[in-house]
Amino acid sequence: MQISMTMNGDEITREIEPRVLLVHFIRDELRLTGTHWGCDTSNCGTCVVLMDGVPVKSCTVLAAMADGHAITTVEGLATGATLDPVQQGFMEEHGLQCGFCTPGMMLTARALLDRNPHPDDTEIREAISGQICRCTGYATIVRSVKWAAEHPVVTENAGEEVPA
Amino acid sequence: MTITEAHAPNPAAGDADRPIGYGRIQRKEDPRFVRGKGHYVDDIVLPGMLHGAILRSPVAHARLVSIDTTRALAHPGVVAVITGQDLLGLKLAWAPTLSADVQAVLVTDKVRFQGQEVAFVIAEDRYAARDALELIDVDYDVLPPVIDARHALDPGAPVIRDDIEGRTDNHIFDWEAGNAAETDAVFASAEVIVKQEIVYPRSHPAPMETCGAVADFEPIEGALTLYETSQAPHAHRTLFAIVSGIPEHKIRIVSPDIGGGFGNKVGIYPGYILAVVGSIVTGRPVKWVEDRSENLMSTSFARDYIMQGEIAATKDGKILALRTNVLADHGAFNATAQPSKYPAGFFHIFTGSYDLQAAHCKVTGVYTNKAPGGVAYACSFRVTEAVLLVERMVDMLARKLEMDPAELRLKNLIKPEQFPYKNKTGWEYDSGNYERALRLSMEIAGYDDLRREQKEKRARGELMGIGVSFFTETVGAGPRKHMDIVGLGMADGAELRIHPTGKAVVRISVQSQGQGHETTFAQIVAEEIGIPPEDIDVVHGDTDQTPFGLGTYGSRSTPVSGAAVALVARKVREKAKFIAAAMLETRPEDLEWEKGRWFVKGDPSVGKTMAEIAMGAHGTVALPEGIDGNLDAEVTYDPPNLTFPFGAYICVVDVDPGTGHVKVRRFIAVDDCGTRINPMIIEGQVHGGLTDGVGMALMQFIGFDEAGNNLGGSFMDYLIPTSMEVPNWETGFTVTPSPHHPIGAKGVGESATVGSPPAILNAVVDAISPLGVTHMDMPCTPARVWAAMQGRATPPI
Amino acid sequence: MQIPAQFDYVRASTIEDALALLDRHGPESRVVAGGHSLLPMMKLRLARPEWLIDINDLYELDFILPEATQLRIGALTRHSTLLESADVARLFPIVIDAERVIADPIVRNRGTVGGSLCQADPAEDLATVCDVLRAQAVVRGPGGERILTMDEFHKGPYETAVAQNELLVEIRFPIRPRAGSAYEKVERRVGDWAVVAAGAAVNLAEDGSVDDVAIGLTAVGLDGTIAEAEAVLRGRRPSEELFEEAGRLAALASMPVADQRGPVDYKRHLADELTRRVLRRACARALETQTTTTQEG
Repeated sequence: MQISMTMNGDEITREIEPRVLLVHFIRDELRLTGTHWGCDTSNCGTCVVLMDGVPVKSCTVLAAMADGHAITTVEGLATGATLDPVQQGFMEEHGLQCGFCTPGMMLTARALLDRNPHPDDTEIREAISGQICRCTGYATIVRSVKWAAEHPVVTENAGEEVPA
Repeated sequence: MTITEAHAPNPAAGDADRPIGYGRIQRKEDPRFVRGKGHYVDDIVLPGMLHGAILRSPVAHARLVSIDTTRALAHPGVVAVITGQDLLGLKLAWAPTLSADVQAVLVTDKVRFQGQEVAFVIAEDRYAARDALELIDVDYDVLPPVIDARHALDPGAPVIRDDIEGRTDNHIFDWEAGNAAETDAVFASAEVIVKQEIVYPRSHPAPMETCGAVADFEPIEGALTLYETSQAPHAHRTLFAIVSGIPEHKIRIVSPDIGGGFGNKVGIYPGYILAVVGSIVTGRPVKWVEDRSENLMSTSFARDYIMQGEIAATKDGKILALRTNVLADHGAFNATAQPSKYPAGFFHIFTGSYDLQAAHCKVTGVYTNKAPGGVAYACSFRVTEAVLLVERMVDMLARKLEMDPAELRLKNLIKPEQFPYKNKTGWEYDSGNYERALRLSMEIAGYDDLRREQKEKRARGELMGIGVSFFTETVGAGPRKHMDIVGLGMADGAELRIHPTGKAVVRISVQSQGQGHETTFAQIVAEEIGIPPEDIDVVHGDTDQTPFGLGTYGSRSTPVSGAAVALVARKVREKAKFIAAAMLETRPEDLEWEKGRWFVKGDPSVGKTMAEIAMGAHGTVALPEGIDGNLDAEVTYDPPNLTFPFGAYICVVDVDPGTGHVKVRRFIAVDDCGTRINPMIIEGQVHGGLTDGVGMALMQFIGFDEAGNNLGGSFMDYLIPTSMEVPNWETGFTVTPSPHHPIGAKGVGESATVGSPPAILNAVVDAISPLGVTHMDMPCTPARVWAAMQGRATPPI
Repeated sequence: MQIPAQFDYVRASTIEDALALLDRHGPESRVVAGGHSLLPMMKLRLARPEWLIDINDLYELDFILPEATQLRIGALTRHSTLLESADVARLFPIVIDAERVIADPIVRNRGTVGGSLCQADPAEDLATVCDVLRAQAVVRGPGGERILTMDEFHKGPYETAVAQNELLVEIRFPIRPRAGSAYEKVERRVGDWAVVAAGAAVNLAEDGSVDDVAIGLTAVGLDGTIAEAEAVLRGRRPSEELFEEAGRLAALASMPVADQRGPVDYKRHLADELTRRVLRRACARALETQTTTTQEG
């Protein structure tokens, strides 16, 4: 079947099998490998992407169900060389170690800040409570999101652009 | 470089609290990770790549009667189906484990645990591979399984390993340390003895990225490139050469970005081997990536120790001796990863942080019909189990003596002046100031106030608990003469090159799974040669690009590889001196070092920076006799001893009296990992380990039913803490450098995983102690805590 | 990673379209909305529908509509929408209590009210909530609409009265005066299914006595509410003694089975403990409502 969607701002159309999960569509078909998967049961949240601005677990959404919708993955967070404050915050406050859960965590953080620009610790912890991180112990993720809240516009790009 | 040079004066020793190498800097690897540009095994796509899927046994113990792959082979897209019989022909049906045993790559005779590998389907895409698994017809003749390790040695118990000639039981080994007679004598005359069975149940490291591989065998060259989730690429290369017969120089192992390891990615799993076989058989690259259930059910589990603990003391609280008998469940194949001489890992550091008169431990390993593994979860080779045992026993002793548990520990901790301290089981602790760490953690916690609050709450019927633990780790394995993995000495190499423009690349033999090697190791070089970390690239994870070494596990990267990196930098610095002397037309002994620069003694304005020296080395400067034209060096570091990080942890919990639900309210962790490099990274390592501790203490548990069905085979049942179960960690530190490590660093990767479970468990038991509870085993789920509160605590296994 | 077996997919554009598709594709077709129950089952290949009928475009089923005597909730309403609704919070705090502990925030963004109820997992929190609120389920089929009580709706574990060719379209919660409600769940970890959970809804008479009460338990093998425990309270002023007695009877009525989450005796104990807790909270909330109403009056 044919599906079309807005992927990180670009209109795309592809032919797929109905059983293709959104996470596989993003990774295998579009080769956007920043979205990961970590379980098969919707428990870990490693596969979180934004669907029309709302965080969803892309291992539990069919690519077909995303037809006609707008998807944002980690690759769509930065604007050119300018990082999203959330990305900068994760670097500033050591919100990541192995980097595997990080894309999902950052997307949830972005959606949270869009709705609630000044979340407190509890609100941040609740927002990421459907996502597992094995490395950080979460406290630095909370700090990273707060850093982003306190720096809604990143003026200086400390991270180097990495060629795709 | 020789060992003696490893003991150059330690620049950090005089200024201990100062982090080295620019301290807290942002991680060099983060820019790619935050952009989603990390490069993990499953991100790899090679031209013509096929996909493999493994058929696994639904039962725990069964004779394989027949296997029919006809229907699967006929499925569109399927290229090959490999069975155990096929592997027998290739002499690859069995592979050596890391513990002198063998493990079936695919079942040929008998299934020995649920989830064991039975057949391998290779197809054009993952969909066809997965669909074809259902088309393989297997007939099993189910046998009674051995699930309870306590009955593994019963006469008449089913013999699991009938593949080993002459096997008549499920016994693997007996191993002991310490002096039984001396210990028994102390116990015989002791005023107070406390006994307790303590169970450290089976868990699983469950990194977010599961295990996987992409094998690419090139038949013309006979060369294999294997991308895999490996914490030890060099050791894997050697083992693959031995197993597969492919010459070692034709094997390249690449371990790209790894989504967490925690010990799960030390072993060589059948899936990796099958990907290689698949690539050889089909002539195309083959990718195999396990799903989460495969990860939890078949790759290395951790713990599974049943420990009979006994502690002896005087009435006034002087701890005299410890002894324990341990029953170790190793699953169906003895595949634990630890130095060969030590079948129970470093469990014999169970004497902990206390000055004892005697100690003895005996460990018996047995086979059961469960997945193999054992040393696989940030445990520093079984120090987790050792610390749980001693810290639980000390806590129980405190209760028996009606002493405060912190006070009892303070009374018995090894004193600073006793270091280096030889314990009763053969370890020599390098350095420590234990009392300072414990007092600091008590100060951060407000320990006395907490006890007051607890007293008030108890009067109101509320259940608040305060748990203390003190741990001594033994990491950085190891001296080669004592420690090897399947014959490979536990040393690590480093190579450093300074390019003509003064930028550097350091190549290391260990592999990051998130620990931040690219940053930390650049910082070590920066400290030693004065080039800023951003000008130093760290290369790791590719056997064609890096020197030989044993890899990252057991908290050994900084203690071993970090030392290699410091020493190779010093070697370069020393060479730079000779070149600078030539450039300045002076004698090397007339030069003095300041960060990044050699200058003429007494005339600091005359000198050469490292960049100038590097250009000189590669340029036209007339080099002195014996100095070749580069600014490179290499080193293999063989540690003279292990390092002994330590820490003092305090946990505060609240238990709901009506439901048994445990809330971890506060956790205070004071760690001493010797000289610190990047405090931000250290804190991150500690936070992660503390979260593991909450997981193990409260929820993480791989259980089995009587038939051997794995009850923790998905993230629905194997629970891992979320942001909601963990508090805002409160951390502190002291710095007691290691006297034998070039920069005084000790390692910190596993400290918190080792130290935190007993603090939490002690807090839970403390909370419910007004109900008469003296002990319960992990995990402290609501149901288990409630049962303990009713006086019906049961072991989890 | 696990992947479902092959199936065909079709997206319904209206309720009528969805019903026609169900009719056309017959028993091997399944409706999918949030997909958070069905898709994991399909990945494990425990479910193998030949057709998936996606109803996510039926926006007419995504609503929260307060009326004078009832609150109407469309079956396609996402859990997160319900959780954020001020109307729901004001009228039925039990829904908020429960929604906060259903799965996790990301799953709640996608999962729907109708999906949860039709999945009919014995540990489904929302089923208990609907039971104690005496909700009605509106089911539409080829022959028109049926309105079912929850007793009629639930047929047992993973089974409801919604026929293969029907669609749950709406849930209705009756609005009652001087009402209070509460839900509490014990879970091994945030996001887990209940070990046991309890829900209660009470309506006080003007004199402060209990006019009506409903008590329900999750994950202890019960269908519907617990009449014997409710009878203890009806017509009497709420008190600790009555809560205790109701809790005792609720525990007696419960029929839990031992599993990884806990043994039978613990679950029975929780039935008792949690029944008391939710009654206490529901009554306190009803009293607050009463006070507010009085002040406003």
